[in-house]
Amino acid sequence: MSGNNNITRPQHRQLRFQVLRYDPATPAVPPRMQAYQIEEADGMTLFIALNEIREHLDPTLQFDFVCRAGICGSCAMMINGRPRLACRTLVRDLPDEITLAPLPFFELIKDLSVNTGKWMRGMSERLQTWLHTQEGAPEADIRRIEERMEPELAEQIYELDRCLECGCCVAACGTAQMREDFVGAVGFGKVARFRLDPRDSRTDEDFYELIGDDTGVFGCMSLLACHDVCPKSLPLQTQIAFLRRKMAVMGLKGAS
Amino acid sequence: MSCKNIIIQAGLADCPRKSRWPARLDLLQSSTGLILGLFMWGHMFFVASILFGKDAMWTITKLFEGFFFFGKSHPGLVSCVVGFVVVVFVLHALMAVRKFPINYRQWRTVRAHAKAMKHEDSTLWVWQVYTGFLLFFFASAHLYQMFVWPQNIGPYASADRVWSDSLWPFYLVMLLAVELHGGIGLYRLAVKWGWPNASRQKLKKVKWALTGFFLILGLATLAAYMKIGYEHRASVGERFTPDWVLEKDLSAGHHGDSL
Repeated sequence: MSGNNNITRPQHRQLRFQVLRYDPATPAVPPRMQAYQIEEADGMTLFIALNEIREHLDPTLQFDFVCRAGICGSCAMMINGRPRLACRTLVRDLPDEITLAPLPFFELIKDLSVNTGKWMRGMSERLQTWLHTQEGAPEADIRRIEERMEPELAEQIYELDRCLECGCCVAACGTAQMREDFVGAVGFGKVARFRLDPRDSRTDEDFYELIGDDTGVFGCMSLLACHDVCPKSLPLQTQIAFLRRKMAVMGLKGAS
Repeated sequence: MSCKNIIIQAGLADCPRKSRWPARLDLLQSSTGLILGLFMWGHMFFVASILFGKDAMWTITKLFEGFFFFGKSHPGLVSCVVGFVVVVFVLHALMAVRKFPINYRQWRTVRAHAKAMKHEDSTLWVWQVYTGFLLFFFASAHLYQMFVWPQNIGPYASADRVWSDSLWPFYLVMLLAVELHGGIGLYRLAVKWGWPNASRQKLKKVKWALTGFFLILGLATLAAYMKIGYEHRASVGERFTPDWVLEKDLSAGHHGDSL
């Protein structure tokens, strides 16, 4: 069989990256944009592209990843101005020029790497995002078989439990950029999840104590970028509106 | 100093229970915004009655002055409505200003954020801040004028104000600011509270359609007043009275101006 010279390989683009570089450990060196150029490959994700850069062009470039499959939420970064997961972003959906920056709001470790975990833990402690059971309640006895739950309700809880805590919603939130003590959509999602759970003994009065002020649900200005960028497409808009209505009712009921 | 103030000053206002006021203030911001938004649209229809002719606008004006109920004009009734709007406006401004960027750092951050994100709802909010800020001045001036001189509303009086008093640039800026601010605000109310429960794409389509409609209506109305004002520039101060009223008054021995 003679060689087929007619096979044409698809022309791959040259991708030009502009990456924000900064190391808080060496504050004398100001933040700067560094350019890289690599050739696009079939099915290339941004995560693969970044590894390509680090392997062949610049081993000092720092970014985070763990699962490479949109499950851990570690590789969230600002891609052309919007927060997204690098591992879930195909470069074929991006233009030739790609700008990368770390998520704002969170503590910067270096380059594209941020410490979302530290903030998430603080949020979790602040909003007490764990099941609260009353002493003596059947749910508190771990030797008992759990109460049955309607599958529809379990589905609803599971839907909100899909949150990765990647930080995209907080990085996209205009309110959070202005006010550092704002709970953020991830926090509202957690509260909505535990409010749904019949095993949690907390009432709306208790939830009001957690999110009933301007750092909580009443601070949300409904810009809804959180909803639009969530990599898991969580129904953040409806959940925040729902919490707002419930907490507003508490405000009308309350005495002080 | 009261005990309450001592506790607030010590930073213990939310102990042991969180204040219910943030909820009430949020409701107040939304409800005053809703009232002002709906008033703005209704107001635009009344003002736009000039497009149906001077008689139509005169009739609407006199209706609000109670002419058809009491047989005599009471411009004070208009001042009462304006007074109510002033209270709602001040409350809304007071509530809304809490959400403004309050220092340079916040302003720089949110502006860069909205530009980089290219996210329509975030950009619309920045426009809401710009237009809201403009309305602090423009709406206040307009409300003061209407409160103090309610008798100067009418086909000729309003047109003279627009043209001979050179207020058309003022009304042009206010029209753009109020329609953008109100339209975006009502859309945001819907997504904020989850009612009506429609998709954002649909709500946004309705929002832009309404904003477009009211802007066109407003611009046409302003043009109509400018035209009437220009034609009436030699007789500034003269008030309009429809022919049919003049004829009726003459037969009854009254003069039109006394209406």
